[in-house]
Amino acid sequence: MTDLLVSQHWFFWMTLIPLGAAVAAFLIPAQARWIGLATALVLPFFALAGIAATLITEGQPITGGGWPTPLGIELRRDGLALVMLAITALVGLIISCYAIGYFPARGHHHSRTRYFWPLWLFLWGGCNALFISADLFNLYVTLELVTLASVTLIALEGGKAALTAALRYLFIGLFGSLAYLLGVAVFYGAYATVDLTLLGEMLTGSRLDHAAMALMIAGLVLKSALFPLHFWLPQAHAMAPAPVSAVLSALVIKAAYIVLLRLWFEVFPSLDTIAVGHLLGLLGTVAIVFGSLLALRQERLKLLIAYSTVAQIGYLFLVFPLARNDTMATAWVGGVLLMMSHACGKAAMFMVAGTIHHTAGSDRISRLAGAGGPIGVLVVVFTLAATTIIGLPPSGGFFSKWLFINAALVTGQWWYLPVILSGTLLAAAYIARVLGWAFLDVKRSSYPVIPWVMKWPPLVLALIALVFGLIAYEPVQIALLGAPVSGPLLIGVRP
Amino acid sequence: MNDLILPAILLSSLLPGLIIFTLPEESIRLRTTLNLAGALVKLMFVALLFLRVVKREYSELRLPLLADMELVLRADALSMLFLALSAFLWLLTTIYAIGYLEGSPHRSRFFGFFSLCVSATTGIALSGDMITFVIFYEMLTISTYPLVVHRGTPAALHAGRIYLAYTLFGGVVLLLATVWLRAIVGPLDFTPGGVVAGTDPALYGSLTVIFALLILSLGVKAALVPLHSWLPTAMVAPAPVSALLHAVAVVKAGAFGIVRVVHDLYGIEFSLDLQLLFPLAVLAAVTVLYGSLRALTQNDLKRRLAFSTVSQVSYILMGIALANPLATIGGLVHLVHQGLMKITLFFCAGNLAETLDIHKVDEMDGVGKRMPWTMAAFTIGALGMIGLPPLVGFISKWYLGLGSLAADQAWVVIILILSTLLNAGYFLPLLYRTWFAGTQQEWSVSALPGGRETTWPLLAPPLITAALVIIFGLLAHLFGSPLYWVELITAREYGL
Repeated sequence: MTDLLVSQHWFFWMTLIPLGAAVAAFLIPAQARWIGLATALVLPFFALAGIAATLITEGQPITGGGWPTPLGIELRRDGLALVMLAITALVGLIISCYAIGYFPARGHHHSRTRYFWPLWLFLWGGCNALFISADLFNLYVTLELVTLASVTLIALEGGKAALTAALRYLFIGLFGSLAYLLGVAVFYGAYATVDLTLLGEMLTGSRLDHAAMALMIAGLVLKSALFPLHFWLPQAHAMAPAPVSAVLSALVIKAAYIVLLRLWFEVFPSLDTIAVGHLLGLLGTVAIVFGSLLALRQERLKLLIAYSTVAQIGYLFLVFPLARNDTMATAWVGGVLLMMSHACGKAAMFMVAGTIHHTAGSDRISRLAGAGGPIGVLVVVFTLAATTIIGLPPSGGFFSKWLFINAALVTGQWWYLPVILSGTLLAAAYIARVLGWAFLDVKRSSYPVIPWVMKWPPLVLALIALVFGLIAYEPVQIALLGAPVSGPLLIGVRP
Repeated sequence: MNDLILPAILLSSLLPGLIIFTLPEESIRLRTTLNLAGALVKLMFVALLFLRVVKREYSELRLPLLADMELVLRADALSMLFLALSAFLWLLTTIYAIGYLEGSPHRSRFFGFFSLCVSATTGIALSGDMITFVIFYEMLTISTYPLVVHRGTPAALHAGRIYLAYTLFGGVVLLLATVWLRAIVGPLDFTPGGVVAGTDPALYGSLTVIFALLILSLGVKAALVPLHSWLPTAMVAPAPVSALLHAVAVVKAGAFGIVRVVHDLYGIEFSLDLQLLFPLAVLAAVTVLYGSLRALTQNDLKRRLAFSTVSQVSYILMGIALANPLATIGGLVHLVHQGLMKITLFFCAGNLAETLDIHKVDEMDGVGKRMPWTMAAFTIGALGMIGLPPLVGFISKWYLGLGSLAADQAWVVIILILSTLLNAGYFLPLLYRTWFAGTQQEWSVSALPGGRETTWPLLAPPLITAALVIIFGLLAHLFGSPLYWVELITAREYGL
């Protein structure tokens, strides 16, 4: 039994099952929903098995290959891969349940249902494959799978606006991939390997290395929608059907970011990254302020949430300037924690927005006026999920801000303090604006009944987002297994 | 096993609150039962804990957070002061709110958030270290917002925005200060005598800045001038919410936090060495006078009471800042005394508004004849605020005065005298109108059948708190009385 657990087959299955299910769902459209749901129910068990297996091997993750050579794929089973697989399994399960209600089996929209499931399962498999990829080329291929699936999912909504957003997203995605691939080619040409660990050891710090690094970072920044390359995101995320928006904001953005995180901490350390770190930090800063201010001005709930994502991506990029010698672990864990909690919170928010749209006929924020009854419940769920976006305790967002502040203080980069703090206040302001409308006392006529699968799954995710800080001990310990950083998280200031 | 009592106290208000959220508007009886059962169970646990702390058994519970951090719940003597106050006043406020909100909409929402508020306050009282304190402090901010905007009018929403803007600003500054202090000092467990003292002298400058940031952030909720403006604005909220803001939870949480910082993080001696306390005393004195001056000119009754709170809460801080056992007693005991007096006054103001639709001071002429019991309670509260012996307000001021003389800070006595005159200046005309000015109008609402002036749930709570204002003044040294307890805390803090 232990052998079975410790073997790494389950890791491979986490990729194969969703991809296989995608094919099955495509071939048997009548059963697509149930194939999707079954897959979503199975994957969390595999993720748990993976965590159990890693813990049984006394916390020593088995990195590297072992899969028979014909496949020739190096797998990475470190803590980061584990937690990302697990959080994706959790968020994916909830989104799948929600999608069962959102995409009805019959009715005039049933073509959306037909294509949603294969594409979503395909995307899921792509994400899982990306998390366990250990070389530059596999990362490229899996990222490409994810992008293509996302583009098609955005186009699902139909109509001119959605198609425009999808096309724009496609071009951006291709452009980003191209830049990244160019960087990969340069590295491969110089060192004849694409393995992350080997490259990290071999880089000489030549000019060419730096050029390749710049290309790859630029491509990934484009794909993860960091300011000023964020322009494609709000339309794309707001135009898509709600479950798709949830997937895009919670998972797809993180896929590109994970690649960058891996490269930064495993491949690039021997390069001169301080200036690049500052540049990314600066862009992150602008993203936080600019994204929040724009979120504050939106009239539509989904656009507000999308701009909030732009701001949160800004926070994620603060990791790069803040990670210096002592604070490597602090900033890295801050970033990983933020990714996990943002995935839960943001997915819940988009799902709630979708339900509100479905119920009230529009997602205009002013339509929330006097939200009572069923809509009132949704607003509460929305607020619970938003705690982690604002960064209020006991959410994960709070503790990741704690770690960022600690890192900024220790590294003496005090100028990030007002950014981190004002981002919190601005986020509170745009969330409070939604609440203000909801609490306004006006009489409303009755609403149609909301199907329970559109009401309760987001609540589960919102509650997890709310208390994630309290239960983050284990996830953080697991994430640190085999991580490129180590050491205490809370760092002391020395005079 | 023993320590499960701490989470039990938290859950005694959290669970009923969460259940109440899911109840339909019509299930009044179930909601009332849950509310009262929660409040009574909590009081019972508090009494149990109280007896343990007397015997110096400090219950404690630790949970790991991330790495290197812990959630620490701990019941020490100071916790019990705040915990007992909030648990007892919560029971009365719940009874009052049930009467006050009868027949109004959104009651499940109201009582749900009300319970969350009290849970957060309980958490603040039981926090054993600064990280835990910050967590519950922010939870209090958030759970109070829906109560402030409960009425849903544009004015209420405006007050809610102001409230959030002030308190969240305080929240982020508090977070910054705490992270910084944690980075300099290490674990921030609340320890009598403080944890900061051993720090490298090269960092004293940072410590001073952090102290200022802490006072700034906690001072928002404690309504220190110039961070007080949210409090008078928030008086648009329903009366039970005002009681919660002014007496039970919010303002007290700020003052309590400052006590924790001075006593259990920096320590009194170290704070004196760094000369941190004199500026705090001056700030508190300014707030005492400013609040009273502004109260003089307010025509809106609840606004006048709100400015009075601004002034009175700073007595607590003044007592702490004087750093002398007697003054400390005066300050800490005022935490409870001010709560009792102010909640009485707000209950009575709520009764006037709810029963007779009186909101302004100049509408109060002769109201004593129509609502004699309510106004008798109001009078006791007001006289207590002025500091008339033998009411509780006198006890606070007496110890503050003795303490300031013992600390060679005679100027504080002058502040106290001035403040007392101002207190009299804004309360006595009110009392005169109530009892002696002629009734120029017929009261639109007649008395209830049986000659009662208003319903029992509205009348009983202020009568009980008014009675306590007298009893704790007369029998100040009774076992378990606020003064008895505060002397015990002070003795343990100063190691007397």
